[in-house]
Amino acid sequence: MKDPVLILGGRSDIGLAIAHAFAAEGHPIQLAARNAQGLEVQGKDLSLRHRVEVSLHEFDALAPDSHEAFVTGLEPRPGVVVCAVGLLGDQQEDERDMAAAIRVMRTNFEGPASVLGHLANRFAAEGEGVIVGISSVAGDRGRGSNYIYGSAKAGFTAYLAGLRNRLAGDGVHVLTVKPGFVATAMTEGLDLPAPLTAQPEELGAAVLRAVAKRRNVIYTRPVWRLIMGVIRAIPEPVFKKLSI
Amino acid sequence: MSRPLSGWGRYPKIAPETLARPRSDAAVAEAMAKGPLIARGNGRSYGDSALSEGQVLDMTAFRHILSFDPQTGLVEAEAGVLLGDLIAAFLPLGFFPFVTPGTKLVTLGGAIAADVHGKNHLRDGSFGHHVAWIEIMTAEGEVLRCTRASNSGLFQQTIGGMGLTGVILRAGLTLRPVETGWIAQDMRPARDLAEAMAIFEEAAADADGPTYSVAWFDCLGQGAALGRSLVMLGDHARLEQLTPRRRARPFVTPEKRRLNVPLDAPGFALNRYTLRAFNGLYYRAGARKAGPSLVDWDSYFYPLDAIANWNRIYGRRGFAQFQCVLPLAEARPGLEELLAAISEAGQGSFLAVLKRLGPDTTAHSFPMEGYTLALDFPVTPAALALLDRLDKITLDHGGRFYLAKDSRLTAQTLHAADPRLATLAETRRSEGWDARFASAQSRRLQL
Repeated sequence: MKDPVLILGGRSDIGLAIAHAFAAEGHPIQLAARNAQGLEVQGKDLSLRHRVEVSLHEFDALAPDSHEAFVTGLEPRPGVVVCAVGLLGDQQEDERDMAAAIRVMRTNFEGPASVLGHLANRFAAEGEGVIVGISSVAGDRGRGSNYIYGSAKAGFTAYLAGLRNRLAGDGVHVLTVKPGFVATAMTEGLDLPAPLTAQPEELGAAVLRAVAKRRNVIYTRPVWRLIMGVIRAIPEPVFKKLSI
Repeated sequence: MSRPLSGWGRYPKIAPETLARPRSDAAVAEAMAKGPLIARGNGRSYGDSALSEGQVLDMTAFRHILSFDPQTGLVEAEAGVLLGDLIAAFLPLGFFPFVTPGTKLVTLGGAIAADVHGKNHLRDGSFGHHVAWIEIMTAEGEVLRCTRASNSGLFQQTIGGMGLTGVILRAGLTLRPVETGWIAQDMRPARDLAEAMAIFEEAAADADGPTYSVAWFDCLGQGAALGRSLVMLGDHARLEQLTPRRRARPFVTPEKRRLNVPLDAPGFALNRYTLRAFNGLYYRAGARKAGPSLVDWDSYFYPLDAIANWNRIYGRRGFAQFQCVLPLAEARPGLEELLAAISEAGQGSFLAVLKRLGPDTTAHSFPMEGYTLALDFPVTPAALALLDRLDKITLDHGGRFYLAKDSRLTAQTLHAADPRLATLAETRRSEGWDARFASAQSRRLQL
């Protein structure tokens, strides 16, 4: 039997698309989210389509005190964990309302870092495991239009890089996924350019491939690696004056 | 204003004022409160059935399979689930849809709304015959479960109701048990219309005859070649018909190579000469394969699904599909007249398809006992003029038209051909459905 795949943020379109990609390969799926019982329809759909076991797990990214017990209680042991927890927020509102800004930062960085920290310790002790973190191209450089979300993702990206470095000798692999635009509930209503916008299913397939090939960092769509390379290369005196 | 949408024929293209993609029943009700809307599935109806200048409701987020009972074959699913999803999930368990159109990329909701038929209408009726229940968001904004026994009026009206009776949210569909993923096909070349119809009638008269029958038709043939066709009879293959190697894995069929049409073909690519040459080649290639063979389900039912965006071969202007059914007694003279008009105009198509339909018991679905002819034309002034002529011939022979294919009929022609639709229009007015559910097609055709 194949290793179960744990999806943190099991309600998100990206998390579910990745779950479908792994389930199609015969992996049992563990969906973890707040109000996990509300994921019954999604769980049933996964198990009917792919004939795999699907279990639902109560998980709150914003309750780090509960994370250790959550990780210890996972049975059977997941072989792959995908963290698709995220909150885009509203940049302009979050500039005024620091409580809202903190919520964005905690959801995108503190929560994921905490739960993956516990999982990393468990995987390291067991000598195997794969950690997939869904970060964002927004973390590649702080920009006026989304730096609150972006800074949290930057922190998460650095955290994943550090985990990868720390665990490389322990048989634990860490994959950082940096999606650009993805057509999900998070971006619904935004006018996204079609050639740069991935469907969640595309992301699912890309993550599955990247895990199989032990890739370290992937951009989806790949063109984003180029775009962010250019954005990172712009000198700060010029960059600060851009409306970007 | 949203970007323009179109059906599979890419004609017409209409930008809806609002395009909403609800993820819950509540969101559907919310959209309804904002004004009249039409639900849209995967955009596989050909014309303007799922288009509107007003509000279009993209139902593709309703994509979950809810339950399956292998004892009864009953699958329960949300309206945006594709037939192809059901096949992928349940063929490995030995189940296949009782009724399927020529593409697996239609949604459950769309298949019910258009009450689609397949190559087995004579044996198994239309799609709606296998629907156990439908959950509908009614004009009043309530979720109502409809079956043949309870709320049966709304149930019957919704089957073939083109989304004009409410928004289909979820449904229960009974699947057919099959022993394999293969079809035992018998390919019979026919030199003309009379020969093709004789093969159909022979099959129809035999109660143990083939489940599926369909003919590909050369509507550009001249003289003796007018109506030459390949009649394909088929049945779900039984386990013992497979080779021992395949018998071990009866539902595994070869992965098909996927092709794509990346660009719109230029307007001059399709003309009577290229089409005549293509049709001649197709006929001869098919005639060489005459006789029995085993064909995998995907190639048998969905040959065009292997070519993504095949609708682009008709160029940027798009195409109009014509599909009528003629009552049995009038089929022969009516088809001859239709074919003569098409051949004379030289406006042929790749795919002219002839099927034998069985008796109809629905409220207002397309099929009736007789023969149905379907073909497509690039949208040109000459083709549109020919289509008007074909409408007239159909009407003269007591035939009717398939709304899922239509983009251009007049209200007058439609209502003259099918008096049942006046009843639908009347009910819509008296129940107030017309204020909630409307498509570009329903406005054009005064439904």
